[in-house]
Parts: sequence; structure tokens; C-alpha cells
Amino acid sequence: MSELELQNKKVAALASTETIDGEIATLNLGPTHPATHGIFQNILQVDGERILSAEQTVGYIHRAFEKLAERRPYNQITPITDRLNYCSSPINNMGWHMTVEKLIGAEMPKRVDYMRVIVMELARIADHLVCNSVIGVDTGALTGFTYMFQEREKIYDIYEEICGARLTTNVGRIGGFDRDFNKEFITKLRAFLKEFPKKFDEFGALLERNRIFMDRTIGAGPITAERALSYSFAGPNLRAAGVDYDVRVMKPYSSYQDFDFTIPVGNDGDTYDRFMVRQQEIRESLKIITQALENMPEGDYHADIPSFYLPPKEEVYSSMEALIYHFKIVMGETPIPAGEVYHSVEGGNGELGYYLVSDGGRTPYRLHFRRPCFIYYQAYPEMITGSLLSDAILTMSSMNVIAGELDA
Amino acid sequence: MSEFANTIKDSLLEKFTKTSYELDGYGEHNFFMSQDEIHPAIEFLKNNGFIYLTDITGSHYPEKEGAEFQVVYHIHNLSENLRIRLKVDLSEKDVHVPSMTDLFAGANWMERETFDFFGIIFEGHPNLTRILNVDDMDYHPMKKEYALEDETRTDKDDTFFGR
Repeated sequence: MSELELQNKKVAALASTETIDGEIATLNLGPTHPATHGIFQNILQVDGERILSAEQTVGYIHRAFEKLAERRPYNQITPITDRLNYCSSPINNMGWHMTVEKLIGAEMPKRVDYMRVIVMELARIADHLVCNSVIGVDTGALTGFTYMFQEREKIYDIYEEICGARLTTNVGRIGGFDRDFNKEFITKLRAFLKEFPKKFDEFGALLERNRIFMDRTIGAGPITAERALSYSFAGPNLRAAGVDYDVRVMKPYSSYQDFDFTIPVGNDGDTYDRFMVRQQEIRESLKIITQALENMPEGDYHADIPSFYLPPKEEVYSSMEALIYHFKIVMGETPIPAGEVYHSVEGGNGELGYYLVSDGGRTPYRLHFRRPCFIYYQAYPEMITGSLLSDAILTMSSMNVIAGELDA
Repeated sequence: MSEFANTIKDSLLEKFTKTSYELDGYGEHNFFMSQDEIHPAIEFLKNNGFIYLTDITGSHYPEKEGAEFQVVYHIHNLSENLRIRLKVDLSEKDVHVPSMTDLFAGANWMERETFDFFGIIFEGHPNLTRILNVDDMDYHPMKKEYALEDETRTDKDDTFFGR
């Protein structure tokens, strides 16, 4: 029996057995509904509170990033990647940098890898904090949200010390960082590592074993491991279903093999498992940051690739060579090898891939973003069919669908 | 190259005669398949542990005559941790490839996106409609003939900028 027939049969069964008043209504949830966080439209067929089917419309904030990228030199694409999953921009930025570095065959010093790991794990914490505290909000627990957003602000303060920006960070460059971590950064990071776990445990104590929260989330929007794999789920959503696929372990990049951490997995793939996997991942990320900070290698904060990495500004004004490199890099005149690479990083929502085709020109010939949100959001109707409307809202927030990443 | 990668390569080349193989400079395994063999090939791979369809996308190469379009599949074997790439070249006169939706539920939107942007027809797809662009758009915007900027503009000299 095909997928669709099965779905139809399920719907028919529900309509006949669980009818409340037998009257099927159409409910337009979205595009800008206060209960959905972002611009998503779902046209639901509901029988009372129970959902019989859902039809999704996406693309409301499509900004043609792939087309834009075909006209931009490589270093100008970083700001585009900011706007994919804007809850964890640094991961997107660095994923892009690593893709280009793979294409040009640049080796990064260990220090760059470790610095990147610190920033990327901070971004993961920020991303998961948003998702988990919003699950709290959608179940009616606003308190945790207010406290966790204060902590997220602190992560943004830390970002500010390395790149000056908070949300759309545009952090780092192809070839490393534009500056080393400063004293203020280290102070703020150490303070965060000291104070955050306590507050986070308090947040955990509010929800993790809270009977009301558990009753509300266990069994809401479940998916089996088999279906999750078939839908190419990634990240915490896939791991909540019980598949331990994590790009950081399977295809280590940026020296992730040096760190000791575990991959939390769930059982049922429901909202509670997704929440718990993210909670645990935040703790693992803290472990990784601590290890990276303690074992930070000496060395340069950028690779020695003068044709791609901008020379120091003061040299540009005084040295001819630096001026030439500066000009060539800014104008996108450095030769880039022709070739194709696929590089993926573990983004906040899972495998964020960059498929880059270069023909040796100043801009990518073709750039495709494998956006985890876009791929797993298609499972949403299957996950909510037969459940209550309030569970559907919860399922969406626990899947952490980010409109920017969904629509690219 | 791992032993498993070798076995897969040999059996793919043996089973699907129109296939050619290339290990590129980045250590990635590329298989060039024909339109009629891609579906059985992916089915064969799925039965051999490649249970994770990473990505489906397309590219447009207007200069390559007879192979103007390319559909690119990335597929991952999670237990052997091997990712391979399959490519199908399509002539612009015949932009049909079989849909993978019967093998992977996740292929649905990936194929719709590729259709939306390149106009590649995935045969057997349950709902091959536009996904990110507006429904009444009458062209496929990622094709190279559609320049990003208005080509009638005369006030800007593009000789040194852009592609």
C-alpha cells in the first residue's frame, strides 16, 4: 500500500471512530499565526480538536540565496549563510569557510580548529536554548524562557567580543579568524562557563522531570527511527528517534575527534525526547568548550594562505605586496581551483551541507545548501495527523523549524 | 579507499553497465549514471545499507551540449560511514528522471525543489509542484539564462564585477 493510501486510510479510520461531532472543518494555521514561531502555513482539516490532515505551504521568506551566491565572490557569501539558521549563525559561517578551505586545499592550524569549536558549540547552546525554552512557552511555562533568554544574551555578548555582531554574526574568514580571542572574550567565556551550568540546571529542574510537562510532551508528535531515516531527519530530531547520527562524530571536521563527548539519543522521537536530547546536548557542548579552552594550542589564529586571507590592515597601507593581495581578495581575483566539494557540519538542526561547484571563476558556479529544516519539515503532516491541535503546535516548536533555513 | 567502498564500486559498475566512476581529488566517490539506471541503482544501494539520502539537487551547464542538466544525489551508508555521489546528466530535450519518493520519503521536497528551480521532471512523483517560488511563476529561475540583475540596465559597467 502506498504512503498516500495509508495516510488516507488512517484519516478515514480517525474520522469514523474518533468523531466528536462528525463535522470536518478547515483551519488555516498561519502564515503568521501567533502560536507558530516563524512564517509557516498549514491548512488543517480538523474534526473538533483532532487533526485529520495537513497541507503545508512554504517559501514565504524565500530569498534566492543559491542564485545570489552565483554572483558573489566567496568571501561575500558568508553573510548569506548567517541568514539560514539565524539562531546559530556562527555554525553556518564556519561551515561555509570550511567548504571553501576544502576546495582550495587549505590546512588550518590547530588553534583555529579549537577556536572554531568553541564558537560553534556556543552557537549550538544558543540554538538549543531558544528551542527548549520555547517548548516551555508552548506548554505554558514562561518562566524558564525569560531566564534562558538572559543566558542567550550572554552568549551574544561573547560573540560581540570576537566579531562585533550579535545575531547575524558573519564571524571569521576563509582561512581562520580576523582576530585572536581577546582578554575580554576569555573573561566572559569563563564567567559563562562558571555561571551558566547552575542556571541551566535550574531550568532543567523546572521541566525535565516535571509531571505536568512530561504528561504534556510524552507521546506528542512521535516518529519512529525508520520513518525519521526515510525522511532524512538530522540532528537532535533524528537522535531523539534513536539514531546516533552526528556529523561531528561520523565525519569529524575542525578537530572534533580531539574532544571527549557523548551523543545523547532518545527512544520514541516524541516532543519529550527531542527536548531531552537538546538538554543533554547543551551539557555536552559545555564539556567540549571547557576541553577546547583548557587545551587551546599555541599558534596563529589564521592559516598561512596569503591569496585568500586578508593581510593586516596596517600593512596594506605600507607594503606593496599586502596591497596587491588585499585588492585581489576584495575584488575576488584570486585563482580558485575548479572542482566540486560537499562539506557538511552539524548545525543546530543537524547536517548542514554545502554542495559547491567551482569552475575556477570568481564566484561559485553552483552552490546548494542542504538545509536540515527544509528536509525534515516535510514529515510534519505525518507526525501530527491524528493528534490534537495543541500537540501540533508543540511538535512544530520541538522540531525547531527555523523559517530562514526552511526557505533559504 | 576502504574495502567496502571497493565492493560497492565494483558491483555498481558490474550491475549497471552505463555507469562510469571517478574518485575526485577530494576523495569523494562519483558515479555517473544514466537516466534509466539511476532508480535501480539507488534501490540497490538502499538494500546495501545506504539508508540515508543526504541530498538531491541539480545543476545547469548550458555549454555542455546533450548534458545541459545534471541531477546530483548524495547518499550515505551510516553503518559503514561511506558517502557517495551519483550524477545523472540530462539533455535539455529530455529532462526526465525517475522519482525516488518510493524509496525515500524525504526525496519528496528535495525533488520538488529541484523541479522548481531547474525544471527537471521527476517521473512518478506524487505532487510535483513548485515549492519555494510562487505557483504562477512560468520559468525555472536557477537556469543560467536568467541573470540575477536586470540585463537592460545601461548605467552599470559589469566588465570587472560579477560573472
